[in-house]
Amino acid sequence: MAKLTVRDLHTHFGSVRAVDGVSIDVRDGEFLVLLGASGSGKTTLMRTIAGLEKATSGEVVIGDRVVNGLPPNDRNIAMVFQSYALYPHKSVYRNIAFPLEAVRTDRAKIRERVEWAANLFGIGHLLDRKPRMLSGGERQRVALARALVREPNLFLLDEPLSNLDAKLRHQARHELKKLHGRIGITTIYVTHDQVEAMGLGERVAVMNFGRIEQIGKPSDIYREPANTFVARFMGSPAMNLLLKDGEVIGFHPENFLPVGESFQPGPDAMRLRFLVSGLEDLGADLLLYGQVPGADTSPMGEATEVIAKLPARLAGELEVGREHEFFVRERFVKRFDAATGKRVGAPAAA
Amino acid sequence: MSAHVPVAARRPAARDERAYARRESLLAIGMLAPAVLFIVLLVGVPFGLAIYYSLHDVTTGGTEVRWVGLRHFGELLRDRVFLRSLGNTVLFTVSTLVTVLVLGTVLAELLMRDFRGKWVVRFLILLPWTAPVALGLIGWLWMLDSVFSPIDWLLREVGLLGSRGAPLGALPNLYWLGDPVLAKVSIVLVNVWRILPLATVIVLAGLNSIPRDVIEQTRVDRAGYFRRLFDITLPMLSPILLVAILFTFVFTFSDMIAIFILTRGGPANMTQTLASHAFFTGILGGNLGRGAAIALFLLPVLAGVSAVLLRLIRRSEVT
Repeated sequence: MAKLTVRDLHTHFGSVRAVDGVSIDVRDGEFLVLLGASGSGKTTLMRTIAGLEKATSGEVVIGDRVVNGLPPNDRNIAMVFQSYALYPHKSVYRNIAFPLEAVRTDRAKIRERVEWAANLFGIGHLLDRKPRMLSGGERQRVALARALVREPNLFLLDEPLSNLDAKLRHQARHELKKLHGRIGITTIYVTHDQVEAMGLGERVAVMNFGRIEQIGKPSDIYREPANTFVARFMGSPAMNLLLKDGEVIGFHPENFLPVGESFQPGPDAMRLRFLVSGLEDLGADLLLYGQVPGADTSPMGEATEVIAKLPARLAGELEVGREHEFFVRERFVKRFDAATGKRVGAPAAA
Repeated sequence: MSAHVPVAARRPAARDERAYARRESLLAIGMLAPAVLFIVLLVGVPFGLAIYYSLHDVTTGGTEVRWVGLRHFGELLRDRVFLRSLGNTVLFTVSTLVTVLVLGTVLAELLMRDFRGKWVVRFLILLPWTAPVALGLIGWLWMLDSVFSPIDWLLREVGLLGSRGAPLGALPNLYWLGDPVLAKVSIVLVNVWRILPLATVIVLAGLNSIPRDVIEQTRVDRAGYFRRLFDITLPMLSPILLVAILFTFVFTFSDMIAIFILTRGGPANMTQTLASHAFFTGILGGNLGRGAAIALFLLPVLAGVSAVLLRLIRRSEVT
């Protein structure tokens, strides 16, 4: 186990700046999620940390060792690829044993470690099977077991859940988090799914165009986005952004409430008219889509509808096609610079 | 009325279906016919003829055909030239196979990497394949010439040959095709030169079919070059590598062009193989019956080895 430091890292492919000046400090045993859309440079950053891509400039430090010049073999890292990259001609046992065989461990020790790793993931009964005889979830466990069988300094996961179906993904996410709690290896986890990032990460780094837009605790990033990019990226549905009186204001759908018996606006609340144009009943929640008359809802170029997320019990009270009186409490209103998209008048998020 | 409609509609449909099925089977026969015809005319007929000849006394000198049973085969087993041909065939095939596999894998690995001037190397590797066999072999005939060999010239220039105390001898030439051992080496060398491009391309295709993730995973898993090669790459390559082996084997085992052009089986029948011996005996020597008997010795080996290899290919594809 070790801490990881990345200093002003650049990885360019010709004129493409896939990683464009990234600095991160990851504590020993921390779980850091790299979150970004495809093409944001998150996977390249991870691959540069692993040594599969060559850094153009900057430093990668694992433990106390600068590893820039070292091949992946010498970095003592473990990695799980999105495809799992299991060795198709080897049994599950030999797959998990491979990293140990590669560093010439004695047989008894290998058996002991493989059984430990297999039991950790509940795949002890599959050891004689070949990868093609396994389900997606089982393959993922084999890949994880193979990664953890030799105690690595650093654990890198590249979208390991994206090949699983939605239900399994939910469960696997929960198990991954428990596993990290038990083993405590410094982990970097790449994903494009912000729900996964919120649920898993101790800290989340939001990436865009090869740079880190914001890094911090998931709840901080969600509540106090540093700029409009992060605000639009986090949350499902994402934060509403409106251009009003020359500045961009943002508020989350769950804080956009109707004035009425259920919710009382305080004296400092910002009142807004809300023309409801559509309604979605999701069982527990109710999503209302609409426009705020007089406010530009495309401050960042993309026209979006304003969304309100309410408890489903209010379904009968709000009519589609009518204007309603809504409000947001002042402490939930975030303000951004209309020109740069940067947050104004807020604690600078770490 | 409404009850009649479906029945009336079904009739022509059923007829259509039958007509369609007949058209389908006609089409199938039509598509298969050329291949079947090809095999019957070009493989079946000569094969039947060879068996017939081998059991009769047939020569190009006369029209008389006399049944001799297995006499040709019996004579062959006591014939030293035949036995040497059999040994040479195995020797040439195995040496060519091993050399081609090793070099083909090395070259394919080389071509997988990015380096400056890669296209030149690729062009040079594929060149022997594009040259007509006879033309290429005549080039080699000159390369291995007893007086003008450029190889010998090079060896003389660097001082390995042709002077007193030189490591390869004081004679001005090595006489590649005149020395029994060097002639055999030459034959293998030329066979390798001919088959290497194909084998390289086959192995290259196999290497490209291994997912990049898997190779990167071995690097993260701290495997060194040789572990990666023997534990991951080669096993994953094995189905396609077996195809390369099968091709090389069949090509070399039944080949006689290299021998016909380079040595004509000489010196003193030292480089004769089954195919060339059959040709020299049956066609040039006129003893068709005996030539056919020699050629038939190729059959069990080719059939047996091909069957084993095809089985292996199927098995390694399944797992």
